[in-house]
Amino acid sequence: MGGARTQRQKMWATLFRNRVSVAGIALAIGIAAGSAAAPLVTSWSPVVQDPIHRLRPPGGRHLLGQDTFGRDVFARILYGGRVSLLVGVGAVALGGTVGTALGLTAGYYGGRTETLLMRFVDILMAFPSLLLGLIVLAVLGPGLGKMIFAIGIVLSPPFARIAHGTTLSLVRQEFVDAARAAGAGAWRILAGHILRNILGELVVLSGLLAAGAIRIEASLSFIGLGVSPPTPTWGNMIREGTPYLIDSPWLSVAPGIAILLAVLAFNLVGDALRDVIDPRLRV
Amino acid sequence: MTRYLVGRMLLAVPIFLGVVTIVFVVVRILPGDPAQVALGDYASRDAVEALRQRLGLDRPIPFQYGSYLAGLVRGDLGTSLITGAPVRDEIAHNLPYTLQLTVLAMIVGALIGVPVGVVNALTRNRLPDSIGRVLSLLGLSVPAYYLGILLILLFAIELRALPAVGAGDLTDLADSVRHLILPAGTLGLVMAAAVARFTRSTVLNTLGQDFVRTARAKGLPAPAVMARHTLRAALIPIVSLAGLWSIALIGDSVTTEIVFARPGLGSMMVGTMLQRDYTSLQSVMVVYTAFVVLINLATDVAYGFIDPRIRY
Repeated sequence: MGGARTQRQKMWATLFRNRVSVAGIALAIGIAAGSAAAPLVTSWSPVVQDPIHRLRPPGGRHLLGQDTFGRDVFARILYGGRVSLLVGVGAVALGGTVGTALGLTAGYYGGRTETLLMRFVDILMAFPSLLLGLIVLAVLGPGLGKMIFAIGIVLSPPFARIAHGTTLSLVRQEFVDAARAAGAGAWRILAGHILRNILGELVVLSGLLAAGAIRIEASLSFIGLGVSPPTPTWGNMIREGTPYLIDSPWLSVAPGIAILLAVLAFNLVGDALRDVIDPRLRV
Repeated sequence: MTRYLVGRMLLAVPIFLGVVTIVFVVVRILPGDPAQVALGDYASRDAVEALRQRLGLDRPIPFQYGSYLAGLVRGDLGTSLITGAPVRDEIAHNLPYTLQLTVLAMIVGALIGVPVGVVNALTRNRLPDSIGRVLSLLGLSVPAYYLGILLILLFAIELRALPAVGAGDLTDLADSVRHLILPAGTLGLVMAAAVARFTRSTVLNTLGQDFVRTARAKGLPAPAVMARHTLRAALIPIVSLAGLWSIALIGDSVTTEIVFARPGLGSMMVGTMLQRDYTSLQSVMVVYTAFVVLINLATDVAYGFIDPRIRY
């Protein structure tokens, strides 16, 4: 072909030039695939107990050993990844939708609506994220959907802030006036023109906040909230392993490595998205 | 300047009021009747009713809200549903442990994070920078309680060098310091990762500024440019963000206290939640969020002093 490359080709080129980004994306895909296809990867069940062989160390037929009920640790990590990833993706989708809607509305309408909505966002921001997740979960009780909801609330303020700020700067630009003059309503302007322009920044934020969501989920289930046992999550596996730290450290060490790798992968994906979509934000 | 300060403070008041209100509402809609919780499942209906009256739970919600706010203004944080002791005393007992941990962690974080960030910036894209960036990326990805577990395994279980749990004897300085090393090290390393990353980008930004080029152009040796011009300018945002680092540390300090079984505000909060001691939970939340609002205010004010362009 030769000649000028399309913008899309440039973006792919930027993405693949950076080996660290590629490694992060590969790691994220690997973790997602391993969790989604857990039954194909291991034949052990994450919940079936084997009390005779409790606390067996890694090696042999059980790759990462067995826990205090004789359950296979590797299988529990694979299945536990489903919770982490569902929460990561679900909470970002929920928080992103709610936060963006708040920010767009506030920035577009201005006046009292803006003051009211953005003060509410300020108030939510005054709660440390773990504490906000904790009280929301305390009200809702345990469960995967509730965990997604709680962390979705925690993640919505940053989306609202970004959407609000960028909407403010776009609303006064000529293309918005032009759209309005052409007879477009508020909905059409917000969805068709403003949202399209800030989508890139929102995607960058989503990647980084997915890593945050996985961290918060793990912390909350480490504290003992969220998805109830016997369903494995990386956080509750670490928690259940701590009493056996002296003789069976793998019970806590192995799921911790899973959290570390997953958060690392999503951080790298977030950085990669930022480099590709908005190189100005590069630090 | 005065206008800016007053404006910032007036802005903090409605936010704090909003936070306090949300906490109040949430605690009211938590499942389970606090009086029933306090007395246990086998209490007689009369006893529960009497306690409800004594706690004021039979009054209308707006009235409860009013007396809760009036109490807060007087510094009265209510009495614990479980122990019956004033919550203020319980918080006063736990707060010093959390402050010790957080302050020491911030010192560790700054002492490690700032030099690492500066070295990274100076060796940009060469080996030391790469190593530093990988380490800080790992530090940003590791949950504090997990790092705590790894340090316990190494220093407490394998080497038997340091105690793994508790806060030790507060009257014995050496003992409490020994108990602080691992938790403060854990939290400090987590913070160092964030500080190093931020320091690196700030120093890189400063290196591109005109005044640095001028200093170089007038023939100042490189170390002098670094110490007298670049670092001095770069340190301002780093130091003034110290408050925000401490806010970012709150979540990690809670899990760190739990993993090291240390007393403190975080342990108290989780304990009160699991025991459903709602008056205590409400007050701990208020203390945490008051801290956040105050730190944010102080940061705004500090920035106002440092950068005269910022005005309300």
